[in-house]
Formats: sequence, structure tokens, C-alpha cells
Amino acid sequence: MSDTPAPPPPAPRARNFGRLLLWGGLAALLALVGFGLYRTQAGPVSSGPAPDFTLTTFDGETIRLADLKGQVVVVNFWASWCKPCEEEAATLEAGWQKYRDQGVSFLGVDYVDTEPEARAYLERFGITYPNGPDLGTRISQALRIRGVPETYFVDRQGTIVRVKIGPIEMSELQSILDPLVKP
Amino acid sequence: MTYHRPSTLPRAALVLFVLAIALASVITSPASPARAQEPTPSDDQVNAVAKQLYCPVCENVPLDVCPTQACAQWRQTIREKLTAGWSEQEIKNFFVEQYGARVLAAPPARGLSLLVYLLPPLAFVVGAYIVYRAVRTWRRAARPVASPPVAEDDYTRRIEEELRRRD
Amino acid sequence: MLANLGFAILVISLLVSIYGIAAALYGARSRREAWVLSARQAMLLIWPLVTLSALCLVTLLVTNHFEVEFVYSVTSRSMPGYLKATALWGGQAGSLLFWSWLMAAFASAAGLRRWDRDREFLPWVIVVVLVTLAFFLSLIILFENPFARLWAAPAGETVKAMFAPRGAVLVTPGDGQGLNPLLRHPGMIIHPPMLYLGFVSFVIPYAFGMAALITRRTDDRWIRVTRRWTLVAWLFLSMGLVLGGRWAYDVLGWGGYWGWDPVEIAAFMPWLTGTAFLHSVMIQEKRGMLKHWNMLLVILTYCLVIFGTFLTRSGVLSSVHAFAQSAIGPAFFGFIGLSFAASLALLLSRWNDLRGENQLTSLLSRESLFLLNNLLFVSILVACFWGVIFPLISELFTGQKVTVGPPFYERTTGPMFAGLLLLMGIAPLSAWGRTAGRLLGRLIAWPLAASLLVPLGLALSGTHNPAALLGFWLAAFVTLVTLYEFWRGALARRRINKEALPVALWNLAGRNRRRYGGYIIHLGVVLMAIGIIGSEFFQQETQGTLAEGQQITLGKYVMTYDSLAEFNAPDDRVVARAVTTVYRDGQKVAELYPRRDFYYITQQPMTIPGVYSSLEGDFYVLLVGWEPIGSSGATFKIYLNPLINFLWGGSLVFVLGTLVAAWPDRERTRAAARVPAGALVPQVK
Repeated sequence: MSDTPAPPPPAPRARNFGRLLLWGGLAALLALVGFGLYRTQAGPVSSGPAPDFTLTTFDGETIRLADLKGQVVVVNFWASWCKPCEEEAATLEAGWQKYRDQGVSFLGVDYVDTEPEARAYLERFGITYPNGPDLGTRISQALRIRGVPETYFVDRQGTIVRVKIGPIEMSELQSILDPLVKP
Repeated sequence: MTYHRPSTLPRAALVLFVLAIALASVITSPASPARAQEPTPSDDQVNAVAKQLYCPVCENVPLDVCPTQACAQWRQTIREKLTAGWSEQEIKNFFVEQYGARVLAAPPARGLSLLVYLLPPLAFVVGAYIVYRAVRTWRRAARPVASPPVAEDDYTRRIEEELRRRD
Repeated sequence: MLANLGFAILVISLLVSIYGIAAALYGARSRREAWVLSARQAMLLIWPLVTLSALCLVTLLVTNHFEVEFVYSVTSRSMPGYLKATALWGGQAGSLLFWSWLMAAFASAAGLRRWDRDREFLPWVIVVVLVTLAFFLSLIILFENPFARLWAAPAGETVKAMFAPRGAVLVTPGDGQGLNPLLRHPGMIIHPPMLYLGFVSFVIPYAFGMAALITRRTDDRWIRVTRRWTLVAWLFLSMGLVLGGRWAYDVLGWGGYWGWDPVEIAAFMPWLTGTAFLHSVMIQEKRGMLKHWNMLLVILTYCLVIFGTFLTRSGVLSSVHAFAQSAIGPAFFGFIGLSFAASLALLLSRWNDLRGENQLTSLLSRESLFLLNNLLFVSILVACFWGVIFPLISELFTGQKVTVGPPFYERTTGPMFAGLLLLMGIAPLSAWGRTAGRLLGRLIAWPLAASLLVPLGLALSGTHNPAALLGFWLAAFVTLVTLYEFWRGALARRRINKEALPVALWNLAGRNRRRYGGYIIHLGVVLMAIGIIGSEFFQQETQGTLAEGQQITLGKYVMTYDSLAEFNAPDDRVVARAVTTVYRDGQKVAELYPRRDFYYITQQPMTIPGVYSSLEGDFYVLLVGWEPIGSSGATFKIYLNPLINFLWGGSLVFVLGTLVAAWPDRERTRAAARVPAGALVPQVK
């Protein structure tokens, strides 16, 4: 193995560009992963203005959340294949009947479900408030839900004030809604 | 000392090799079998479509193997759509519209997702170029060297062994 | 009491690690060896300590101490004793302790090696190893404590904590939740330990690499020292991956072994850079070249190990494999940031010290081909990494979640794996330094042409998939070249030493363990490639609902559904077990019992296939659904996986090859003593 001269070092500009690229790449990676981690840790959207969305109900109606400003809105995520959702179905319908004259709207968002089974579920529990599928999972992604059932409470100014994870009971529903409906 | 002009054949071979790999990764696509529409689609036909979709709820589980009730409902939906005469692509589009782009096994090559498919072959070509430039720089700096005989391998091996003994 | 003891020992271990780091740093800076040796003692002390702590936890697991939350979450009374013990790695907290135990073991092994040479590496190896170990210990102590217990707070809710909150009383549940049924399989028992062994053992070559950079001893000394470590680490990681695939195949019930799931890929990425590193270091040893590559590859391997562990455990990625989301994410993120940045900074600051000693002189020399090898492995890594993080990018920039799945990975990495196979055939025939392209061309020509017979024969007998034909051609090519290498070497020995051929082969491998062990590994890889090609390209499946006595056909197999029985099994499950008979070409070949277990405590189903295995492939039956007892339908899903047993068999050859390559050369030192100085070593080629 003969002794050969070392190859010439790369031009300083090229080397600095290379270093910049590497550090930039690392920073970008960390930023991206940090973002992912933040999303994982953040949990559902539980405060601040509610993201606007449009729901097309199974009956063909189109409802926009922004149009409901002035009302207290209860947004409930459910699915026909979700067993715990069945526990709260009757409660939610009863809540709707009780509070509908006090300026409260109930919206049911059907999360990744199939229409025939969804309609059957609604019929089974006699649900009368508007329900529609979450097309493209846009609404659930906007609110960052973790699963079903989850219920989001939006006050008259359009701000999210409470998130309930899991099936809700009547007593809790009342304790959340009563302060919100007070004029 | 003789100076060997670098032969163009190895260089050409390597360039072809690199290009072939980059090209192959862009061109090849998995074959998808054509499915005839029958009045009562068989489980196999349903699975052929379900195989290309992912369960919207359980993460990273293909729809044909997912055991949950929800997935059974979705397979039933596929069955109904097949009975109604929908094509595979129409069914997939329906699922995307209903449940979002993540039910597809790979993002459609549109918009930002185009980047998914472009970057790896690009990275390979860029890497190959960097390597090639580095090799070129070294070769230009090399002093002409007497080419040792092919038996250099034995010589090297003896040296290695002596070195190893001293380890 | 045991819980308190276990926790206290962990805290002591952490303190000892911190001491070790400080002492090693001080000793290195002030050049006082006594401090460095003291740090080494500290490092040796940690493993016995962590072992004690782990024993405490295992004892708690085996003796049903359900007041300890971890014990409650992963064991139950009905589980057999051995399963309770192995439940140590069945949950996040316990598996972190297990990880730390393995890391401490390797730290001790590194500390116990002969340090009379390379003293300057010692403090830095200690620092790197102990920083990693200390990080994991602090994760356990601060965030995921396996010794935390359940307390009933005065307000009524149950709290999980190490020490009693004010006014709280210890809660002792009557029974535990039991281990996730998916984890109760022998494959699952051995897969995490093997994988963790692979991860943890790669920390040692990285530590030596860092030490080499810091001390500016960038010759190949650090590589020679860690040669066997790297080989063993690589073996464990490879086996961990294969065992994971085997477990998925046996128990997860989807007929495959690799789903390109993000967590699978997270474990695969360090394997890619580890394999590249394993090959590339040969070039540095022989020719003093590719130093930048080697340092970069070992740094990447370590960083990918940490990154992969983070991805799996933090919940950032959605995956079937992922542990439940926990608080360790941010801490891990911080460690990743620091270790990546430190490694990059060090590498860049010593970049010029890593200048190579020699030059490539031919584009088709062995050095050049190994460089191409590195490029291919890194490109596959880039593709995999990109596929794993792209869903995050998509969510960040478009708000839309996407899945990057098998079609992407197969399409992108397939050609590059084919390129690697091709290199496996060409590189053994190439020579160092200057190779006349024409000479290499001549050497390759005949195996390339001869192996063409294989795809030709396959095409004539009905196989038309071009990618599969290419794969089989390359497999045949590599086999021919590798066998030729053995033949050539053995013939040379026979000519020189007059040995019989089998003896010649034995001695050939014995004298050049690394090279011929490597060739055996390559043969193992080829067998695995054949298995992968067969099962990926030619898999057939069918599904059907049968009444008792009815038949279903797939390929040349016919299966009859005989009966179904439902019964309770002792460990909290209901089993529905079907009896089926399989015929091939009219002949009965097997009776299979696909079943569905339902664990009622955790409400989880498990589908266990019935499999008939042969060299030709697997006939794999799943019981997908059944009507309640009394009526007659049962739904079966059947897969035909051609050649898949080559995959498992190939992995055994792989292990054998690695053992040959890694076997210590005891006889060599004896022989060296006998040979007078200056005498020639007998030619082996």
C-alpha cells in the first residue's frame, strides 16, 4: 500500500453549506417530532373558540356550527359499533327534550360509521336531534377526539367550555348545562 | 510506471445501475387483479377490495383482517357496493370521502403526497451523485501507481493475518 | 416492602451512574487515572444493583402482589408462573426496567474487557454508556415506576403512586387484569428480549466510536476492538426482527409476518445502518478508507435505536404495536435532541481527522462496491424513515392524516434490495484497488449466465411475474458465486496442504472465520430472500363459509370442515376450536385445528391459525367466524404461502453463519506462538 497524497479538502463554501444542511435537517426533524409529540400529549381541544364545521345530517339538512352562535351547543361523537355510546343515548335524547326550549342545540356526529347501522341506532334509541356522518373525519380531527363517545360543550359565544370523555350521565349533563343556559 | 486510462465500461455500468434502480422504483407498481362483477360477490371479492383499505378506527390494520364489528360492517358495505355494480376504484373513492385519506394504504400521488413518492428515488440519485463526485476527486488526486498483480489479494491476506496475530 | 427496596435500589443505581459519569469526565480532563478507574468500578457495580431491583419486581409479579399497579396490570392469578415472570416486559414500566438491566449488563461487559491497551478510550466509553443508562433509569424513577402502588385517596378515587399520598390507604385488588393475550405466546416471550439485546448492544460500538472521535484516535483501533460486539449486536437485532415476524405469523392471524407497520420499521432502521456498518468497517480495516461513513453509520445506528424506542413508547405514531401513551415522551424527546446534536457536533468537529488513507483507483474495485453497498442501505433507510415521518408532515401541513403503507415501501425499497442482492454476488469476486473492469466482467459472466437458467425454467413452467423472476435469478446468482468461493478456497487448500475436500472446507472456514462465516450468512440471506419472494408475490387466499362436511379449495389443496367445539380453558378464556382435514392432490396430509380464543377479562379475541408446513409452502387456516353451536356454518380464511419456510430455515443458516464469523480465534494465538518470526503463513487461497 503506497503512500499517496490526501485528497484535497472540499471548498470551504461547499463544506459550510453541507454543515448548514445537516443542522437544518436535524432542526426540522426535531421540530416535526416535537409537533407530533405535542399533538399526542395535547389531547382533545378543550378550550378556546370551537373550530367551525359543517354537518350534513342523515335527513339531508346542512348545519354549520358558526350559524348556531347564540345557542349553547352540545356536540356528541358516537358510533353504532360503540358499546359505551349506547349507555348515554337515552340520556342525551332526554337532555335534548329538556333543554331545547332554553336555547340549547344538540348535534350528533357519527364517527366512521356505516349509514344503515347508524340509522338503525338512531331509531333504536329514538334520537330526534340532528345527526350526521363525520365525512372524511374532518370534524373529529379538528377537535382531536381520541375515541367515542366524547361530548363537547360550546357556550353561546362559540367557545368550548367542557369536554366529557366517555358516556355522560344525566346529573353531569345538567350540572354542565345549567350554568351555561342561565341568561 | 504505466498510467491506466480509467476504462469507461465500469463507469457506464455503474451509471446504468443507479439509473435502473431509480427508474424501477418509480415505474413498478403492484398488479391489481381485475374482478368480475357478480350478483352475489364472494368473500374473496370483498377481501380483494378490503385488502387495499385500512381500518378507519384501528390504526394500521388492513380492512380484510380486522376482527372488530365495525370492520365487519365496512366489509358488508363493500359487499353491498359490489352487488350494486360499483367498481373497485369507486368503492375506494367512497371510503376516502366517508372516512378520510388515511383509509388508503398509500396516499394518492397528488399535492403534498406526491413528495412521498418522489423523495426516495431523488435521495438515491443525489446520494449516488455525491458518492461519484467524491470518488472522482480522489481519483484525480491519486498519483499514478504501479498496478500490483491480481495476487495482491494473497499478499494482503498474509499481511492481515500477521496483523491479526499481533492483536 | 419489596417494592420500596426495588425502588430504592434503582435510585441508588442512578446515583452511582451519575457518579460514574462525573468521575470519568473529571479523570479524563485532569488526566488522573484513579478517577477513571473509580468510574469503571462504579459502572461495574450497577448491574448487580439493577439485577436486585429486577428480582424484586419479578418476585412481586410471581407472588401476586396486586397492590403494585404494574403487577395488577400485567398478571392475574390464573396465569402460569413462568408467564408471570416474563410479564416483566409485558408493560411499559417493566420493560423499561428490563431494558436498563440489559444495558447495565453490557456496560459491565464493556467494563470487564481487558483495558491494558486503549486506556484513552475508557473514560469516554464509560460516559456514553452511563449517560444512556442513567437516562433510562431516570425515566423509570420519574415517569414509569413499576413499583408504584395503588392507594385509595380520601376523596374516593384510586391513585397510583410510589409513596402513600396523605390520608390514603393501600388498595389490594383481588386479581389482576392479566397479560394481554397476544403476549402470552412463546414467540412473544423471546422477541422483546432479543430485540432489546440488539438495541442495547449497539450502544457499545457507538461508545467506542465517540471515544475515538473525542480522543482523535481515528485509526481503525476502535473498529477492531468492537468487531465482535458489532457482530453479536447485529445477530441479536436480526433475530429479534425475525422472531417478531414469526410471532406475528403464528399468533396475529393475518397470514403474514411483516406489515410495514411504523413500529416494525422503527426497529428495522437501526438494522439497516448496522448491516451497512458491519460491512463498511472491513474497508477501513483493510484500506483505511470510508472512515467518515463508518463513524456516520455507527452514530446513525445509535440514534435510530433511541429514536425507534421513542417512537414505539411515546404514542407519537399510531400503530398496533405501540405502548399506551405515557409521560415519557417529552423526556425522550429531550434526550433525542441532545444526543443527536452532540453526536453531529462531535462528528463535524473531527471531520478532517477522519480523512482516509488510501484512494479508490477503480470504480469496480471492492472498495467501490462496498461504497455502493453503503449507499443502497442508506437509501433504503431514507425511504423507510421518510415513510414513517410523512404522516406527521402531512398532518402538520395539510391537516390531513394519511397512511403510508406497504405499497409505498415495497415499490420504493424493492429495487434497492434487488441491488443489494446483486452486490452480494459481485463483491466477493471483486478485488482490492485496481480491478480491470474486464476481469471482473469475465468472473461474473459465467455465474450470471448459469443462474439465468433458474428464471428461464420458472418462466417456462408458468411463473411470469417479472420482479419475482428477477429476484430468483439474483438469488441463484449469489448462491453460485458464494458456493464457488467455497469451492475455490477448498481446492486451493487441497492443492497446497493435500487435505481431503471436507477437511479442506472445514479448515478454510476455520482459518478465515470472518469471510466464510460471512458467506454462510449470505447464503442464509438468499434462502430468506427466496422465502420472501415466494410468500409475497405468490400468496393466494380464499375465504368461505362452510357447513359441516363441506369442502373448500385453494390451489391443489382441499380442506374439509369436520366439526367445531366450544369450551372454557383454565386461563380465563373461551375457546372455539374447529377440526379440519387437509388434502393435497387427493391425499390426506394433515388435520388442522384453527381456533378463536376469547379472553373475557380483557374482552380480547385471538385467532390462532392451523398451519400445514412443507418446503413448498404453508397451508394456513384461520377460523374467522362461526354460528353458535347447533347450527352449521363456520367461516374460514385460508392462505397459501409458497416457500415461506425458506424464510425461517434461512434465518437458522444466518445464525450459524454469524456464530462461525464471531467464534473467537483461540487456536490462532497458539499457532502464532509456534510459528517462528518471519515465516510465511500457509496460503489459504
